[in-house]
Amino acid sequence: MASEPVIVARNLTKRFGAFTAVDNISFEVMPGEIFGFLGANGAGKTTAMKMLSGLLSPTTGEARVAGYDVFTQAESIKSRIGYMSQRFSLYEDMTAWENIRFYGGIYGLRMDAIRDKAAQLLGRLGMEHVRDSRIGALPLGWKQKLAFSVALLHNPAIVFLDEPTGGVDPLTRRQFWELIYEAAASGVTIFITTHYMDEAEYCGRVSIMVDGRIEALDTPGGLKQAFDAQSMDEVFVRLARGAQYAE
Amino acid sequence: MNSFKGFVIKELYHIFRDRRTMLILFGMPVVQLILFGFAIRNEVNNAYIAVLDLSKDDVSEAIVNKLLSSGYFRLAEYIESEERIEAVFRRGKVKEVIIFEPQFAQRLRSEGTAHLRIVADAADPNMAKLLVSYTTAITNGYAQELGQRASIVVVPEVKLLYNPELKSVYMFVPGLVALILMLVSALMTSITITREKELGTMEILLVSPLRPFQIIAGKVLPYLLLSLINVLSVLALARFLFGVPFRGSFLLFMVESLLFILTALSLGIMISTVSKTQQAAMMISLGGLMLPTILLSGFVFPVENMPVPLQVISHIIPARWFVVIARGIMLKGTGLDYLWKETLVLAGMATLLLSISVRKFNERLQ
Repeated sequence: MASEPVIVARNLTKRFGAFTAVDNISFEVMPGEIFGFLGANGAGKTTAMKMLSGLLSPTTGEARVAGYDVFTQAESIKSRIGYMSQRFSLYEDMTAWENIRFYGGIYGLRMDAIRDKAAQLLGRLGMEHVRDSRIGALPLGWKQKLAFSVALLHNPAIVFLDEPTGGVDPLTRRQFWELIYEAAASGVTIFITTHYMDEAEYCGRVSIMVDGRIEALDTPGGLKQAFDAQSMDEVFVRLARGAQYAE
Repeated sequence: MNSFKGFVIKELYHIFRDRRTMLILFGMPVVQLILFGFAIRNEVNNAYIAVLDLSKDDVSEAIVNKLLSSGYFRLAEYIESEERIEAVFRRGKVKEVIIFEPQFAQRLRSEGTAHLRIVADAADPNMAKLLVSYTTAITNGYAQELGQRASIVVVPEVKLLYNPELKSVYMFVPGLVALILMLVSALMTSITITREKELGTMEILLVSPLRPFQIIAGKVLPYLLLSLINVLSVLALARFLFGVPFRGSFLLFMVESLLFILTALSLGIMISTVSKTQQAAMMISLGGLMLPTILLSGFVFPVENMPVPLQVISHIIPARWFVVIARGIMLKGTGLDYLWKETLVLAGMATLLLSISVRKFNERLQ
């Protein structure tokens, strides 16, 4: 691809007092890439993701997300990214339509645009019939797909997915990944954390964090070759075993 | 602005679709009012008295009859000597002892004054105060019947000009407004914010282009409006159920309520920044706000009767100031010319707490 990287991190560091949560990480992510961000709990993934999404200011280093600087243009970054966590991020006591309208609203979409988007989105997911059902009544897989689509509502350049498939059955996960591929194919960059190593294999490139540092970054195939491993699982365990802080 | 409106609408969905929230919001005030109004009364009603009559004449007898026929007092016993007073109190039934000096009627007729001593059980200072003033009122009434020249000297302790019937519900209602506002505003705000944290939706809001103050305002505004509605409903209920008067400026009352609600909401936001779960938020709100509001605001127990350290602490309880204001406006019809000091304190608290809570909310993101 000839285009510019959509995420650039250089020597990004975050310290909380004496503790260094993210230690001098550098990487680039290209538009439309599916970038897997792996690491044990406590390795610093969440902190890194918070810095990239404009929630936390880095201690040192620099980073540009969607062309904006994380230090000075955090607010502009926020309107260019989408976010979804494993906790679905939809309001269970509101209907699908009400959720869509709410999120469209906070991203400043106009009402007619929201209406069009909602119809499109529900049509694509085959969920027109649950438009006016409360989210709480829907199966987990549906909620998750809906949450992902809602995160894409405002055409973000990047979607951050924080363990989006936690607690979901394999079939639903598979369907979810189809949505991810679709989005990536349309040019949206996917930045995803996961604990499922089979999912790591689906990613274009994978980085593995240990103790705040990125210890490995390559395509899944490249990593397996480099570590002489059969699976991503093996690669991960080998790296994470050396950790100090990980649980 | 469109996004903010959407936020408020969303918040209203949460409120109106959650039965528990609705119950706390609208059911609790009614229950509290009825409970406090009916169950916890400070009124004198069939209080037992003992009489030490050193005179035993027609006037002392008439006064005792007058007291007993008022319905407020019941005769426990006649005692014969001062030494018995302590024993009578110790048994607990008798709340007040009345002592007529020797030659009571004679002195009253010849000198125009006679002394009546009242000993009340100070274990319950509120009740003691009430009993003394009831007795004083009744004996004075009797003296007036006797004519201009007669006066019975009792130590007049309190003069509740604005509440001549000493109806405790009158005193309760303003305090209750404070309690309900504190409860609804602080408790509900802290719960609604921690709920978003628990559900993980707070992260979504934070990564959205919404500014932190917009998030706070959006969450708080619905509760502000509902709290004001609560004020109106409590006032209406107090009026029609208990006949509590409203003598002062209604507008002033609403403005003062608004100030008080703002302090309560800010406290709610602060609680939400330190608690991770809804339960924790609820516990802190109930323990940290409800109890001081009930105990230290002067709502149930008069601040003047508290030990000095508690009186000092009571100054930092927002409800203490609001109760004074609310009583002033409702029962005395007082205006801003008398209540400006309290209003200033309340406004200061609202500003301070609001700025601290917004800052704390921002800090949490770092």
